[in-house]
Amino acid sequence: MTAITEEMASPQDGGEAGTPPDEGSGRLGPPSWLALGFLLPALLLLGALVVYPIIYTAIRSLFDATGKKMVGLDNYTAIFTDHDSLTAVRNTAIWVVVAPTVVTILGLLFAVLTERIRWSTAFKMVVFMPMAVSFLASGVIFRLVYEQDPSMGVANAVVTSVHDTFDGGSRYPGASVRDGDKSPDVAQAGAVTTRTPVQAGQTALLPLVGVKPENLPKKPTPAKAPQAAAGGISGLVWFDFTKGGGGTLNSPDATEAGLGGMKVQAVSASGKVVGSTTTKDDGSFLIKKLPAGAYTLKLPKDNFTAAYGGVDWLGSTLITPAIIASYLWVWAGFAMVLIAAGLAAIPRDALEAARVDGATEWQVFRRVTIPLLAPVLTVVFVTLLIYALKVFDLVFIIGGGDPNASVLAMRMWTESFGGGNNQGAGSAVAILLFLLVVPAMLFNLRRFRQENR
Amino acid sequence: MQKGTQMQARGFWATAVTAGLLVATAACGGSDDKTSDSSSSGAGGQELKGVTIEVAAKWTGVEQQNFQKVLSAFEKKTGAKVNYASTGENTDAYLGPRLQAHQPPDVAILPQPGLVAQYAKKNDLKPLSADVTATIDANYTPYWKQLGSVDGKAYGVLVKAAYKSIIWYRTKAFDDAGVQPPADWASFTKAAQTLSDAGSTPFELAAGSGDSWTLTDWFENVYLSQAGPDMYDKLTKHEIKWTDPSVTKALQALVQIWGKSNMIAGGSAGALQQKFDASVTDTFGKNKAAMVYGGDFAAANIGTTSAKVGTDAKVFAFPKAGTTTPAVLGGDTAVAMKDSKGAMALIKYLASPEAGTVWAKGGGYISPSKNVKPDAYPDALTKQLVSQLQAAGDSARYDMSDQTPAAFGGTPGQGEWEDLRALVKNPGDIKGAQAKLESDAAKAFK
Repeated sequence: MTAITEEMASPQDGGEAGTPPDEGSGRLGPPSWLALGFLLPALLLLGALVVYPIIYTAIRSLFDATGKKMVGLDNYTAIFTDHDSLTAVRNTAIWVVVAPTVVTILGLLFAVLTERIRWSTAFKMVVFMPMAVSFLASGVIFRLVYEQDPSMGVANAVVTSVHDTFDGGSRYPGASVRDGDKSPDVAQAGAVTTRTPVQAGQTALLPLVGVKPENLPKKPTPAKAPQAAAGGISGLVWFDFTKGGGGTLNSPDATEAGLGGMKVQAVSASGKVVGSTTTKDDGSFLIKKLPAGAYTLKLPKDNFTAAYGGVDWLGSTLITPAIIASYLWVWAGFAMVLIAAGLAAIPRDALEAARVDGATEWQVFRRVTIPLLAPVLTVVFVTLLIYALKVFDLVFIIGGGDPNASVLAMRMWTESFGGGNNQGAGSAVAILLFLLVVPAMLFNLRRFRQENR
Repeated sequence: MQKGTQMQARGFWATAVTAGLLVATAACGGSDDKTSDSSSSGAGGQELKGVTIEVAAKWTGVEQQNFQKVLSAFEKKTGAKVNYASTGENTDAYLGPRLQAHQPPDVAILPQPGLVAQYAKKNDLKPLSADVTATIDANYTPYWKQLGSVDGKAYGVLVKAAYKSIIWYRTKAFDDAGVQPPADWASFTKAAQTLSDAGSTPFELAAGSGDSWTLTDWFENVYLSQAGPDMYDKLTKHEIKWTDPSVTKALQALVQIWGKSNMIAGGSAGALQQKFDASVTDTFGKNKAAMVYGGDFAAANIGTTSAKVGTDAKVFAFPKAGTTTPAVLGGDTAVAMKDSKGAMALIKYLASPEAGTVWAKGGGYISPSKNVKPDAYPDALTKQLVSQLQAAGDSARYDMSDQTPAAFGGTPGQGEWEDLRALVKNPGDIKGAQAKLESDAAKAFK
């Protein structure tokens, strides 16, 4: 669309330049037929490449998929009734509201702040750099940034390492009891308990399965059934799986590994924790000094909580904000450079006069800088708005076709080429998009013209 | 050759140069080499001299090189010149505008039979000549001929198949857990549970929105196995509804795997973002899972890891979930878009066991033709797959989602892809998934 904006702007500018400033004086320029002659190739090209496609798209949008049957406005009503199209409309609305606003604010912040630092050019260059990367490449970059696996996605790597700093994670994530009712222990709300209460002075067996190989020590200590101890409960927690299969279920075999470092609690009949300990490397434990009675042994939940997997960036709720964030990364530099140029053009005396009058820095910024910058801010905002309306590449690459990320431009493509195979419906979306972009375009055109006067 | 030069520039140059040289020598030698052609009208090997044929297909890289070997064999045989045009991933987006401009390629190789029907209805395809249909009758079972036909007229022939009824597994994980490759669904889920007990995650599932075709393949294998080929054909044509109890049964079986977070690497959140390529490389390169679904073509992905196909990575037949042994194929159909002499001759050649044998030698290829013998294939794995496929005989079926309208079965983010993906996200809601599948199918089949 910018191409169109520029192209539409240029013949008009040319036309104005060609008009003699004063009708009374003799013509200095070439006669108008000659001017028209020179303009003709450009006009023909414009007609063929811009005007004709627009008109044809409008007509095509009134026909069905085959292009033979007129369906009136059905394609348009479908946009607002079909679930996937509605999602696209909703997402485009979010884009239009959020993206230009945040980018403009961010650009303004950068511009104002860099004005005061020494290495501002270097800083500006770094912020502007993403503009030099193609959208497709930016999309690929952010697709990787948002990768779910923390070992690949930077975003989740940061989130998980911050999370793990405060909450170390567990020793045996994913481990649990064997399915079925024959094992002496049962899973209970994430924790593992003995199936039947254990008397003090007895031993307890707590077999576990599903221990990830990476969580076992390099040289596992073989599990060994413990001796009963008077006045306490001894027991064994071990990985009840013989490598290669086989082995006796629910009893420790010589090749099976004990699970060290496991927290064990003895819970009395009233539900109170009366003793706790941690297993040794061979998986054995002893909870001493227990009064006679029956206890349930419990391996608390925090032994098994799965490692924190990070944020589901590309899940159905966060995907649009995540893509908008990548848009920020690309466009913040553009906004910053334009606004910085505007900032440089602000008359210094206005700022100084305000400071002399005792205004605080914030007041100067709020009451002087911003009003003086308003024209630039508007141009930046409107330009970004146009880009946000027609955003496609980032959504296509990062979203990978996820309907939760879809926007109008994406929908236009899906409907007509990407599988929908209905150019009629696609054209209707295109026209809708066009109608949304036109006011913004006209606004920008008017501004440009006013500035040129 | 144009394409070949571009390829070299792209960086596969070492291999491409060799292939290019091969093609070049073949082209030069063409005029001296009078191969006798029994089926032609006796004009010898040069009856198409001076004819230029354009063929469009989506293959790139090694697949393209292998195909070009077949093309150069054809050039040598007939004297015609064949130009290869790459359609890119979206065949319809490439062919649509060319058809509208009345400038289609002579022969196009379509990745979905759904496209055959779509183009045939618009009269964009030329019916195959009697000569070609005779070749098809001689080499294919009737189902495959019917697949390329619309309203009783044959338009296309499946020239390259992808075998989709296999599960890849990591032998080390199976050995560690003491598990044998399972043959039926019950032992399949039991094996998965044992693997999980042993501490390795049983499956990688590629359910990212751009890759959820793997989910449709899972479904097709289970459904074909449980409901049988006749019901499969009915559901393909939407003659029975997706709310049918047979579909419920298949989805229930699938949810036994898809719905358990300990069965899938990364849980359902991880699976919902997973891409197919990564699901294979994560399984064999990073040992994240023990099994992964993928057609024969997954071998190419495994090749990028340090795992070796045949020793570290093996396949077993997709387990029987019912009475039929599932054999689901995908593949590419050659159609004629122009009524030229060369177009028919090329299709006829591609349908012949002769072309299949040349093609098979390059690897990464399975012929749907019953007359390309397992011995023609270079490796043991493909031989295993081909004998599996040929054993399935008449009950082998073409990928269902590829036969339905693209809006339902072939588009990322909508239709069957997204509905099955929603089931992975929310495995408890089989009824809701079926209702959504039915409403999407009804819309697409309208």
